[in-house]
Order: sequence, then structure tokens, then C-alpha cells
Amino acid sequence: MKKIFAILLCAVLLASVPVSLFAQDTAGDTDPYAFDEEYYSKFKGQGIKLYVYNWGEYIADGTEGSEDVIKIFEELTGIDVEYTTFDTNEALYSKLQSGSAYYDVIIPSDYMISRMIDKDMLEKLDFSNIPNFEKYVSDTFKSDVEYDPTLEYSVPYTWGTVGIIYNTKYVTKTVDSWDILWDEDYAGKILMFDNSRDAFAIALEKLGYSVNTENEEEINEAAELLKEQKPLVQAYVMDQIFDKMEEENAWVAPYYAGDFITMHEQNENLAFCFPKEGSNFFVDAMCIPKGCKNKEAAEMFINFMCEPKISAENCGATGYSTPIDAARNLMDPELAASEYAYPSEDIISRTEKFVNLSDETNKLLDDLWISISVGGLSVGFWIAVAAVVVAIIIVCIVVMNRKKKRENIRNTV
Amino acid sequence: MTKKGKTLSGIYIALMMLFLYLPIFVLIVFSFNSTKGYSWNGFSLQWYKDLFSNELILSSLVNTLIVAAAASVVSTILGTGAALGVFSMKNKAAKNAIKNVTYLPMLSPEIVMGISLMLLFSFAHLSGGFASLIIAHVSFCVPTVFLSVLPKLRQINKNMYEAALDLGCNPQRAFFKVIVPEIMPGIITGFLMAFTYSLDDFVVSYFTAGNVQTLSITIYSMVKKRVSPEINALSTIMFVLVLLVLLVVNVRSIKAERAREKKMMRL
Repeated sequence: MKKIFAILLCAVLLASVPVSLFAQDTAGDTDPYAFDEEYYSKFKGQGIKLYVYNWGEYIADGTEGSEDVIKIFEELTGIDVEYTTFDTNEALYSKLQSGSAYYDVIIPSDYMISRMIDKDMLEKLDFSNIPNFEKYVSDTFKSDVEYDPTLEYSVPYTWGTVGIIYNTKYVTKTVDSWDILWDEDYAGKILMFDNSRDAFAIALEKLGYSVNTENEEEINEAAELLKEQKPLVQAYVMDQIFDKMEEENAWVAPYYAGDFITMHEQNENLAFCFPKEGSNFFVDAMCIPKGCKNKEAAEMFINFMCEPKISAENCGATGYSTPIDAARNLMDPELAASEYAYPSEDIISRTEKFVNLSDETNKLLDDLWISISVGGLSVGFWIAVAAVVVAIIIVCIVVMNRKKKRENIRNTV
Repeated sequence: MTKKGKTLSGIYIALMMLFLYLPIFVLIVFSFNSTKGYSWNGFSLQWYKDLFSNELILSSLVNTLIVAAAASVVSTILGTGAALGVFSMKNKAAKNAIKNVTYLPMLSPEIVMGISLMLLFSFAHLSGGFASLIIAHVSFCVPTVFLSVLPKLRQINKNMYEAALDLGCNPQRAFFKVIVPEIMPGIITGFLMAFTYSLDDFVVSYFTAGNVQTLSITIYSMVKKRVSPEINALSTIMFVLVLLVLLVVNVRSIKAERAREKKMMRL
């Protein structure tokens, strides 16, 4: 068994021999987006290691015809990158809080960034080490950034919007509002977010409230609306949305615009709509947590991710939108021109970004969400309790009978 | 058995096999699908090719194998030693108490293990990494080895060890020449169980891994997007490897059995 694993390991090592054509492309001197070799060679040969923590499946990693962005960075700078992935903002937060892991660069979403700033968990960035921020990042991300008001802690990685994905084959009504997710005609064919923040945002937008409301009445009203919706919902899901929508098991679902683009490649009948009530505009941005030991190298990594070529690769692979204006010239023109990835000013003006809520409101949302997503199962819960009680009674009876039998045998003996 | 009973039991076995292996079969089939998602769009080896260029998945696989190998070796040594010590204890109450305490990590929910280990490590200022991960895995692997070695010890004929001593072995030699070969099947079973437990553990690893990422954590982090078919390809490779190992082991034991039968016949 060991031998076979050894052989497998050898095969693995052989297969990961670096193949990068990308580095050669940059050699031409006319290339306006060439990497600044001098800047990037600063840490060469020092054996520096960077720990990067990103969302799962959220980077160009050399599969499906993309370039391996991390490998290009390692070859360019001589810095070794230890790249790992997380599944939710909350998982990232608890990992940093518990102090059980060390990271140099993390990529949380907007509201988590504001929470981490509040809790003093992030380092201030030295923007003189990140020249690409000034040079390339779109002006949209340089003012009115609610989650990082002083613009000191974060550099945007990708952004996107939430909207309604629906199947034109089955959904014949005009889709222009969140109301479609409450439409009884599509009962059992509606999917919904399986996380409290996104689900509540939809209900709050439908009611015309702010997604960042701290008003308990408004939140309770939204909870009522979500409870009302529950009988119509086929399932509360995250990643299963891809298969369910592509296979036409479900017809309507709210999800991220970037993922709609991926789904649309598989099923032409799918369409996307920005609801008229407005929706959520999210930004995932790169930050450096407190306690980072290689801050300058971490800033170099952040700067590298802002290179138009690299951002174009990443956004081409993930389908999400790039905050780097120049990157749009370098990516697949169809994606760069997509009205879903890059909606009009008018639509963006109707969107709202998440900011961090107070601990009480977060707890209220979580409690309400549990009562909504689990509460409906109360019948199942009581059946389970009854089953356990019956099982205990049966076990007791069996044990008693055995005892009696044994005693009988003893008595007869 | 009547004819009817035979067909019924045949159907029963077929259903059981279907129930157990259909999911794996579906996984294998879709590792050869040419697109993502679960509708068949033609045969392709694309995911196998992508798998071997996806460094994140490969490095997680290597991490998983390192941890599983280290944890199973350490826990085999610890578990076997513990079983020997507990077996030769004279005080019955203490013996039972220690046995029950050893079962506890197996019986307690994994989430309890995971969180308590995480708290312990942060209390001890041991930052997460290979060390914490291997310690955590050893802690739930030891009972499996312990439990599979102990029954083998009970089966040993005590006179054999004494006979070895009578025939001039020192205790150490008698132990390695008599006891160890007798309990070897138990040790090997325990080792394999520990290896597989460690290999597919998610909950405990999730809380104790620190910067090291094992395969199960990598797969879990894909939940917001879609789990890539490269995982299907990797699972297929692992399944086929395990199947091959099992086949080789079984064929060899059948051959050994036949050889023994022949010997007996000749005698």
C-alpha cells in the first residue's frame, strides 16, 4: 500500500513541473502592461514565504486553459506562496480570532472587512508599495467605500452584484422584481440563498428598507416575509444552484452575476435580471491581518493581483468583475462587454453595499434565520423525538424481559 | 436453501451492492464528462489533465497523505503499546477504567474533539500546522489500534510465551518472536483503520489545521462555487488504487490458502 502511494506521489510531483508561457509574453518592450521587473525582484533569493487565504475556486489556477497566477508570481518574485482556501467570511473570521493560523494576505468581503477594522484586526497598508492601486484601480473604489471609509486597509480584488437568475423556458412572466421569488405559480421551483445575510438582504430590499438596517421592526418584517416564502422554496442552497439551474430542476434563483455568466455558458435558456428594488453590490478585497511578518512582500502580492493581465486572468476564470479598468481591455471581449458583469451606472446606483452590523443585530439575524430555515421542520423534529422515546421504551422492555427470563432460569435451576 | 430463497438472497445482495456502489459509479462516470455539471456531454480526460496541473488540490493531497502516514504510524505504536500494557494489568477495576477512557474519543462526537483540541492548542500557544494536525489525528486514531490489538492479545496462548522463555529466549526476544507475530493481524488492521480514519477526517482537521490544508478542507472550501470535477477525477484514482490493493491482498491470501490446503492434502 505504501509503495503505491509513493508511486502516486512521484506521479504528482512529475505532473506539477512548471509550464508557463505567460512569462515570455511580457518580454516585449512595447507592452504597456509589462510587469515592473525591478520592483518585483526586491525579495529574490531571500526565501520569503507568504501565506495567502482566499475563497475556494476564486483564482486562475492553470486549469481549463487559464494561467496559474500564483506560479507566475513565484517565478517573478522568488517569493514562495502557501495558498489555501476558505468557504465563508465567518470561517475566515473565526480562524483569525482563534489565533490558530497565520496569514499574510486575506481576501474577505466588504462587511467582514468593516468588522475586522472595528475589531482592530487589520494592518494599515502602505500604498507606496502598491503603486498599481493608484495606477489601475477604477475610481469607483477610491471614494465612498463604506466598508473601508478611510481607504487605508483594503485593495479590491473582484466585485459583483446579486440578481435573479431564471429560466426563460418556464418563467414566462416578466421578471423585473424580487416578487418573482414569492410567486405561487413557481412554487417548488424557487431556490434561495442558504446564508442569513444574503437572504435577509433580498427580503429587506423587497420591503424597501436598507440592507444594513439595525431597526428590529424592519428585520422582523423581513423575517415574516421569508417565512411566508418558505413553502414555495424548493431548497436553500449555495453551490447546488449551478446544477439545479442548468439541469432545469429549478427555475428561479437569486445568485451572483459572475456565476450567472458561468451557468449561461452551460444553458442558453437562463437569463439574468437586476430587480427594480435594487440589490446587493459586493466587493471582495485584499487585506493584511495584524501580526503579518512580511508586510512589504504581502503588499507586493496585493500589487501583483492588481496587474491588469493578472486581474484579467482571474476574472476570466471566475466570471466575477474586475476593479481594474485596464484589465477589461485584456480579457475575452464578450465578457468585458457583458452587461451582467459590468452593469450600467443606473443599475449600480440602485445597489447597496453590506457594512458590518452591530453584534446584537447579527445575533438577531442568525436567530431569526435559524427559526426560518429549521423552524418549518418542527413536525419532523417531533417525529424524531417520538422515535427516540419509542426506541428507549423498547430497549427497556427487552432488557426487563431478559432479566426476568434469567431469573426464571435461575429459579428453575 | 430453496431455489426461491436463493433468488431472493441474490436480489437482496444485488440491491445492497447497487446501493453501496451506485454513488461511486456515478462519480467515476462524471469524472470523464467533458463539461462541468451533471449532464453527460461526451467523453474526455480533461479533468484528469486539469487535476495534475491544479497545485492546490495536489498539495492538499500530499498534506493529507503526510498527516495520515505520520498519524497512523505513531498511533499504531502508541495503541499497540497501550493494548499490551492494559492487557497485562492485574487490577481489574483500573483495567476497565482505562479501557473505557480509551473508547471515549471514539464515542464522543467529532465536533467535540475538534473544538476541544483547537482550544487546547490555542491555550498551549501551539500554532496550527502539521504538528497540531498530527497530534489531533493521533488522538482519535489510537483507540482504533487499541481496539483491534486487544482481542488478538486475548486469543494468544499464554503457554507459548512461557515456552519461548523456557527454550532460552530472553523476554525481549520472546516478545518479538512470539507475541508480535501472533498479534500482527490486529496491528495491521489497526494501522489500516487509523490510516483511513485520518485520510477522510474533516471535522477535527477543520478546527486544528491552521495553515495546512488537507484535501477534505479544500473540497469543502469549494461550496460557494461549484465543486470541480477534478475532485471526481482524484476520487476515481484513489478508489481504483484502493481497489487494486484489495485485489492484490485477496488474490495473495487465496493463493496462500490453496498452497496450505495442498500441503495438508499431501500430509
